[in-house]
Amino acid sequence: MAETSTNGPMLAADGTPLKQSLAKALKRQKRMALLLIAPLLIFVLVSFIMPIGSMLMRSVQNTAGTDYVPDILPNVVVALEDWDPATGELPSEAAFKAMAIDFAAAFENKQHTQLGRRFNYETPGMSSLFRKSGRPISRLKIDQVTDFKSELIGMDKDWGKIEYWATIKANSGYYTASYYMAAFDAERTLDGVQMKEPDQRIYQKLMIRTLWLSALITLCTLAVGYPVAWLLADLPLRTSNLLMILVLLPFWTSLLVRTSAWKILLQEQGVINDIWVAIGFTERLSLINNQLGVVIAMTHILLPFMILPLYSVMKTIPPSYLRAAKSLGADNTTAFLRVYFPQTLPGIGAGALLTFILAVGYFITPELVGGADGTFISNRIYFQFSSMGNWGLAAALGTIMLLIVLLLYYVYDKLVGIDNVKLG
Amino acid sequence: MKLTKMMMTTTALTLAAGAAFAESHGSMAGEMTVVSWGGAYQNSQVKAYIEPYQAMNDGLKVITDESSAEAVTKLRAMAEAGNITWDVVDVVAADAMRLCDEGLAMEIDPDTMLADAPDGTKAADDFGDLMVSSCFVPQIVYSTTFGYRTDLLPEAPTSVCDIFDTEKFPGKRSLEKRPIGNMEWALICDGVAIDDVYTTLETPEGVAQAFAKLDTIKDNVVWWSAGAETPQLLADGEVTIGSTYNGRLFSAIAEQGQPIGMLWDWQMFDLDGWIIPANLPAERQARALDFLKFATDTQRLADQAKFISYGPARASSAPLVGKHAELGIEMAPHMPTDPNNAKNTFLFNYDWWASYRDDLDAQFQAWLLK
Repeated sequence: MAETSTNGPMLAADGTPLKQSLAKALKRQKRMALLLIAPLLIFVLVSFIMPIGSMLMRSVQNTAGTDYVPDILPNVVVALEDWDPATGELPSEAAFKAMAIDFAAAFENKQHTQLGRRFNYETPGMSSLFRKSGRPISRLKIDQVTDFKSELIGMDKDWGKIEYWATIKANSGYYTASYYMAAFDAERTLDGVQMKEPDQRIYQKLMIRTLWLSALITLCTLAVGYPVAWLLADLPLRTSNLLMILVLLPFWTSLLVRTSAWKILLQEQGVINDIWVAIGFTERLSLINNQLGVVIAMTHILLPFMILPLYSVMKTIPPSYLRAAKSLGADNTTAFLRVYFPQTLPGIGAGALLTFILAVGYFITPELVGGADGTFISNRIYFQFSSMGNWGLAAALGTIMLLIVLLLYYVYDKLVGIDNVKLG
Repeated sequence: MKLTKMMMTTTALTLAAGAAFAESHGSMAGEMTVVSWGGAYQNSQVKAYIEPYQAMNDGLKVITDESSAEAVTKLRAMAEAGNITWDVVDVVAADAMRLCDEGLAMEIDPDTMLADAPDGTKAADDFGDLMVSSCFVPQIVYSTTFGYRTDLLPEAPTSVCDIFDTEKFPGKRSLEKRPIGNMEWALICDGVAIDDVYTTLETPEGVAQAFAKLDTIKDNVVWWSAGAETPQLLADGEVTIGSTYNGRLFSAIAEQGQPIGMLWDWQMFDLDGWIIPANLPAERQARALDFLKFATDTQRLADQAKFISYGPARASSAPLVGKHAELGIEMAPHMPTDPNNAKNTFLFNYDWWASYRDDLDAQFQAWLLK
């Protein structure tokens, strides 16, 4: 050893320096490992990261159909550059002419209604104007018309509405903040960006409701699941396995079936209300199609996600600790609060985090049993996505929700520490 | 975006390779994908149109799909990917107009592409006003209207405004969880003339008026989002009156024998029909057009009414509507277009709602949350 080190670097069998050779081998190993996980990596990238990324991008892209708005209205964008809607005057003749030219081209490419739909998200009425104007504007002889302003306004008086032109100007860039404004219940008016009337702020309300109900549901699963998990961890294996099947059985049943079962149980002419009336009460209870129904059904559905982490943590706590506490003079409450409970905290953390995050994104159950006041933000996102086709707003709402959950995760990490979470 | 495109193209190539093996008849494709709404409605189409058409075209393979509810979104995605896998698509009129405007549906010339009535009436005249878009071949007229429990109410409601009278007609109501229909009914029952309904709804005061009327029954409403919910709620006695599509109520009444009555007053008409996606390969387009011509002729539209209580869109089909194929009851009195049922009606105003739906929907949602 000493000899070789004095004669320069240590050499491997083939004469290359050992350090290099080792690094090479390590590199090869790493490459092999990467190759091994490559299929999974590519799969996650292609089916998860990229679609989510492209969806999130939609929340800021200012598109109508597949093309960007400024690409469809290139002349209008230029012509409106110097126009200030706050003056209260209509844009110049040049802007009207640019609109006629761009509009005719958009009509040719069948883009004019998509453009109308895009602007209609901001200002109701524009979709109808754009659809109706398609054919008439395309028939204009551009080089023969002298007064485009009166020509267009004569065609449809709505072309003379300043707020329509203001909307076009405000949404003529490649990127837009208007989806996020809508998601935060703000709107662009002639006096700048303003919050909507308090009773029109639906997304704020839905966001708060989603978080609050999810927290409540998490608490309920904890209250119901904690004793069950303790029982399971405390019983001899044979009995606890049997009981575990009872916990898992609903877990393996279709979500829709479980939700529908709650519908049958909770509705006004349902099983629970029938029993309630049979034992002498006259007033039937409203247990479903409201927030109560959502809390009941979702607590049941998410229960296994709380019980399983709790169980796996409790299983590792030796029963002798409690006995030791008692033999040292603690009563039952003190023994539980100071010895047993602190040791189950990692399980509570894991269960609560899991349940809460699942609850925030829940969709089917609130849709089916939520009625008017029990729906979640996810139901609204779906509605915007599938019924209204407003992917931008849906993406903005989704992004905000994602950020809120990440923020909560961060706060949780700071308060409890994510290392203290145990899934078993 | 690019990646999805690539993946879809690969799928397209695989599919195309499969289709190449399919037997071809002359210049028409040997395979056809028909998209509709599923359930009893699609069954009626299979029995009235597809099976007879297959009997005439030996070896034709028909694939049925139930994606009509997402037709617009899916056709957009298919067009973006450059691979359209559907041949004939059943959509509501509003969706047909959107697809036509965006160039996703092909234009249909009624004179050359559709069959004339047996008495020689031109197809365009036979369908009349119902051809609301140049890409759309109307098939049925359906309505959204009310059904009520005959045994749970002290007397039968006769006016749509009876749904706002919770004293005379106790119990809960089920209404669709969207402004369309509900806003119009609220205004009509608050004394607004039918011709003024939409101009009233354009003003904030008009919207407030409609919500104020709906407020009077808000605590007694169960909101539905799928057409099957109201028949179920009525059958369970959860609600005593509820709105849904008339065909659903017919099947609850006639096929399941539920104690439910029909309230036709101010039913809201809507149309459903076919479109053919734009830019199909020539063979497939020829096949789709051939099928469309057959499936929308006078006799075929009348045949469909044997299976479901939706009114045929051709004037010449009405006299041919016969008895239910299995129950043997006369179908005509159950049609929304029957003169006895169609005393007070209004047609879903596509154009108006296309402009105001986003806005009113947000307000409706805010109202629900209050």
